[in-house]
Amino acid sequence: MKPRRRLRIFSTAGLVVGLIAGAVFAGAPALWMLSNSFKPNTDIFQYPPRLISHFTIDAYASIISNPEKVRFFVNSYVVSSAVVVLTLVAGIMAGYAFSRFDFPLKKALNSVIISVQAVPPITLLIPYFSLIVALGIFNTYFALIFTYMVITVPYAILMMTGYFNTIPRELDEAIKIDGGGSFRALWQVLVPVAGPGIVSVGTYTFMVAWNEFLFALTLTEDREMRTVPVGIQLLMGQHSYEWNEMMAMSVLGCLPILILFLIFQRQFIGGMTEGSVKN
Amino acid sequence: MRNEFKLTVAQTLAPAGAHGGRPPAGRRRKRLRSRLEPLAYLSPTLAVMGVLMAVPIAMVIGFSFLSNVVMEKNPVFVGFSNYIKLFSDAVFWESAWNTLQFTVACVAFHLLLGLAFAQMLNNRLIPKLMTAVFRVIYILPWVFTAAIVVILWRVIMNPNGVANFILESLSLIQSKVEWFSDKDIALGSLTFINIWAGYPFFMISLLAGLQGISPDLYEAASIDGAGPVKRFLHITIPQLRPIIVSMAMLDFIWNVQQFALVFMITGGGPVHATETLGTYTYKLAFGKYEFSMAATSGVVLFLLSMAVAFFYVRSQKARD
Repeated sequence: MKPRRRLRIFSTAGLVVGLIAGAVFAGAPALWMLSNSFKPNTDIFQYPPRLISHFTIDAYASIISNPEKVRFFVNSYVVSSAVVVLTLVAGIMAGYAFSRFDFPLKKALNSVIISVQAVPPITLLIPYFSLIVALGIFNTYFALIFTYMVITVPYAILMMTGYFNTIPRELDEAIKIDGGGSFRALWQVLVPVAGPGIVSVGTYTFMVAWNEFLFALTLTEDREMRTVPVGIQLLMGQHSYEWNEMMAMSVLGCLPILILFLIFQRQFIGGMTEGSVKN
Repeated sequence: MRNEFKLTVAQTLAPAGAHGGRPPAGRRRKRLRSRLEPLAYLSPTLAVMGVLMAVPIAMVIGFSFLSNVVMEKNPVFVGFSNYIKLFSDAVFWESAWNTLQFTVACVAFHLLLGLAFAQMLNNRLIPKLMTAVFRVIYILPWVFTAAIVVILWRVIMNPNGVANFILESLSLIQSKVEWFSDKDIALGSLTFINIWAGYPFFMISLLAGLQGISPDLYEAASIDGAGPVKRFLHITIPQLRPIIVSMAMLDFIWNVQQFALVFMITGGGPVHATETLGTYTYKLAFGKYEFSMAATSGVVLFLLSMAVAFFYVRSQKARD
């Protein structure tokens, strides 16, 4: 028994060392960002570097008091929320069709939906540039909302189809026997039961929309239409580098995602792995 | 698939009376309705994907066969000359080679780190809560958008930044390293950052995979006298294989297309040392305004991604 116990202690110690080393690799850069956001700009590259020096919230204050920068956040919230709502509507409806109906070309369409996720955004961007102008939505929220849906809807459909497939057909058949239509079956039975799946898809969609960069960079033009990622990039392009402000903006920029992630961690991880592992 | 399609068409075309007697009008209407129902549910998706996916793909392919679109009023058909021009551009091949190195390194290290971290998190040696805290820290890099990842590492890897300070204090370097402007190491620096930013996605999937492996398998192997290394090689890896294969393909597709990170850190420079197919294509369009050449490069990237996607779809089908 004794050597076995010693082995256990050794492997636990090794594990903890490994876990801490991994945590430093993963987390230290984020900690450095947080610490720099509370420094005056002159201290960012001080020698030797210090985690805390001249603690100040100036960087945050100057962002919150600057309407131009606040606007970046407003834009990101508007676009991301709209994308979540519209993606869920489209994803739930199409997922329902795939899960409960048979129709011609169903399998082919399913393969198409899986593979369009691999289409490079940069390839789409070139025609978008003229297409979005032709549709008259260049430099508007709609340009971003609709193009983001191209990225988020296929994933939502695959996920929702998967969730609906796990719900027994008897449940919605019962509603139909009572004389309800298929829409009522979807709305009153499947949607409530698939709640956790919908939350997971919604969270993921929000994250993709909040983080998108390429379309936001090219399909909007005016400063007041820019989203957070492009706003951060614009800060980088200025003549004088306000590093502390960029850091503060990054902290504020990742906060919504971090909070969503911490709240819905369980559904999120469960949903995401299911999505990537099972079609 | 082809046969099934024929079958459904045959069913649709079969006269309604085939099963004896014409069905009453009400039932026929009901049948028509049930046939149109899935179409109704699919309509929002078909509208969005049609206008913003099918049309643009057709457009971009068309652009690649025309003289400079967008900039010229009446572009003319030029056949394959854009493709010939693209394939004879040395910068294109340099970008392709950079992209390949970047992608292969990223996929390999995403897998290695993801697997190592997932293994550590899937333990029964330390309290659950502690593991949960570590899990959140490990996922952290994945929560950051590319712009944030960029700022973060531009501060750390600035010549006067903390990375050089630490390496200098450990006497690993003699002078300050120019991580992003030295043409010999810029691509390596970008690869490192992208590895940091991307491994959590692998880790999460592999962790779920590990938790799905039945403990009985390990127990049986232990009874047979298999040590930890043997158990890892003969149980863990084969059990995770489907996940590893599909994740690697997805990751390959994403990294080949990587744009934001490279664009914001080096912009493809110094000279073309970190030029990837993403930045190369973008610059053709929005730097040189050669939209047809950009379309041509975009189509090449598209075909490359679709080739991998084809195998991805097939591997998914095989598993169902």
